[in-house]
Amino acid sequence: MKLRTLLGASVALALSASSAFADVTVKWLHLNTDPGIAAAWEEIVKNYEAAHPGTKIEMQFLENEAFKAKLPTLLQSNDPPHLFYTWGGGVLAAQSQTGAIKDVTEAMDADGGKLKAVYSPALVDGLSIDGKVWAVPYQTGLVSFYYNKDLFKKAGVEADQIKTWDDFLAAVKKLKDAGITPIAGGGGDKWPIHFYWGYLAMREGGKAAFDAAKAGEGDGFKSEAFLKAGQDLAALGKLEPFQQGYLGSKWPEPVGLFADGKVAMLLGFDSTPVQQHNVAGDGKGLDEANIGSFPFPATSGGAGKLTDTMGGINGWVLTKNAPPEALDFAAFLTNKENQTMMAGKNLIIPAAVGAGSAIGQPLVKAAAEQLAASTWHQNFLDQDLGPAVGRVVNDVSVEIVSGQMSPEDAAQQIQDAWDLDH
Amino acid sequence: MSQAATIAPPLRSRRMHMQGTLPVLVLFLPPALLLFTLFVILPMGEAAWYSLYDWNGYGLPEKFVGLKNFETLWRTSAFKTALGNNFLIILVSILIQLPLALWLATMVSNRIPGAVVFRLIFFMPYVLADVAAGLIWRFVYDGDYGLFAAIASFFNVASPYVLADRNLAIYAVLAVIVWKYFGFHMMLFIAGLQNIDKSYIEAAEIDGASRWQRFRYVTLPLLAPTIRLSVFFSVVGSLQLFDMIMPLTGGGPSNSTQTMVTFLYSYGITRMKVGFGSAIGVVLFVICVTLAFGYRRIFMRHD
Repeated sequence: MKLRTLLGASVALALSASSAFADVTVKWLHLNTDPGIAAAWEEIVKNYEAAHPGTKIEMQFLENEAFKAKLPTLLQSNDPPHLFYTWGGGVLAAQSQTGAIKDVTEAMDADGGKLKAVYSPALVDGLSIDGKVWAVPYQTGLVSFYYNKDLFKKAGVEADQIKTWDDFLAAVKKLKDAGITPIAGGGGDKWPIHFYWGYLAMREGGKAAFDAAKAGEGDGFKSEAFLKAGQDLAALGKLEPFQQGYLGSKWPEPVGLFADGKVAMLLGFDSTPVQQHNVAGDGKGLDEANIGSFPFPATSGGAGKLTDTMGGINGWVLTKNAPPEALDFAAFLTNKENQTMMAGKNLIIPAAVGAGSAIGQPLVKAAAEQLAASTWHQNFLDQDLGPAVGRVVNDVSVEIVSGQMSPEDAAQQIQDAWDLDH
Repeated sequence: MSQAATIAPPLRSRRMHMQGTLPVLVLFLPPALLLFTLFVILPMGEAAWYSLYDWNGYGLPEKFVGLKNFETLWRTSAFKTALGNNFLIILVSILIQLPLALWLATMVSNRIPGAVVFRLIFFMPYVLADVAAGLIWRFVYDGDYGLFAAIASFFNVASPYVLADRNLAIYAVLAVIVWKYFGFHMMLFIAGLQNIDKSYIEAAEIDGASRWQRFRYVTLPLLAPTIRLSVFFSVVGSLQLFDMIMPLTGGGPSNSTQTMVTFLYSYGITRMKVGFGSAIGVVLFVICVTLAFGYRRIFMRHD
């Protein structure tokens, strides 16, 4: 009997000891294709593994579209990743209702909110649903216009004079008259065009219009602001501002055209001025000093502010059965030190407070500053409104700008999709 | 009455035959039946069940909506475009691809020097992965940097952007489909042609039949089973077409190159409307079964 207890105790001890030193593998699913980010992550993983012997970080990759399509199945399988990328919004909301992912509110608030204090409050808020935090903030982003300074000069367009949508349309005309393709558009992917509709709706209606539409008040997405946004977009489409064949163009082809100096403007991400080098025909692309930027113009009489911003909010979601090490690693990946390191290489606009000052590239820095001063930050609509309504927004944006659908029909389609979901 | 009498004996003998094979059935049927049920019948039943729900793929389907998904499907114009495109693909397969494959097959099935090399060349596109073919042709059609751009600039004309044109894109896709699959059908015909007894053709030749007459009245009728098989493959292939469209056009512009399966993917899966996607799947299944069985019953009865 005694022997057996002893044996049992030693077995238990051995087990607990081995579990303390056991190899814990954190499965980390991402969709990054940028070599710079990959290198930075590898360094972070190496440092983490060195500091935590026995813990291994296993990086798993899925391509963007595959990631989105496969995730629901993956999350409900017996072998889900422990940590995965999120854009927040409607998809995260759907995931949060399933019990497949972990509520990190407690971890955020532990030790007097030690972890929460690391991140910019707007981002924690952006990844929260009904007061609960569902992801560890990682980065944010800004969509704004980038332009080729040489081509603007050639056409006699001054970027600082573009304040309103009418100014913008005038600039487009001027560029066309000078024989320059004004804008690179990615109609094949659709979402690059949804930035236009989204920003226009933000400028026309402001936050109030979106809040009302989401709450089902008034005419919802058929209200005046959204209709006007459609009309503004149709007015742009009439000028035929995009490159030939833009309806079949897939990202990053438009970036390539911009990088090759074939088009004057691109409505792109904060990372675009740096990444354009990789997709240029000559492998070099534009000199970064030759690229300027300006915020999406205001509309006359619109309720939105020029300082309202649109862009991504990204974080890392933990799945239900993720080991504690997963959260620990997510916190390590996004701590001020590592975020500063990545920001210093101009790879991200970090979520950690104070890390943004490390950004050296002036355009990325300007974007980070605009985000810091943002009066309202709207997540990408195709994420925020959920996948179903979001895809409809993408579809109708392309249809409006190519003159295939009236702004009224477009508004109706979005509202129909919204009604179907809510 | 007399009919019944003639039918009865074979039936009885079949039954006796069945009794003899019963142990074999008990032994060998369950594994296959189990696999078939698990991986074919069950998913089909599940899809039919999901199609009655509004479900995003997470958890269990709970929001029962009846036939609403089918109703929405019927009202979606992209669905009709997709369906139309599928039939267009079948039509082009039969009217262009099949004659082309047959014509080439008659040329390279003879033992002339170089025939094997040509066979290989014609068969090459079929060996290529669909996705790779899609990507290659996306580059060929590209109006900025692709082959079309180069040709256009050589002739000093404006570069065409076929994949960005709502009216042209589907024809560009059809061209790729014909290019990709004619080799496969050609191989079918070569096999069929080599099965034809040479003496028939020689006999026709002695009777003074012209080249065309020999083809029309001897080769073609003897090749009929192969042709029916080739058409069958075209029909089934059209309904499955997906992985070549995605890299080429992704179903765009404005859904003009959507097929049933790409439509299912973009409206069901990427929009996280698994219930709606299942409804598309059910409709696709019904079309497939009807076409496949109908075709086999009507045209391939004797093959």
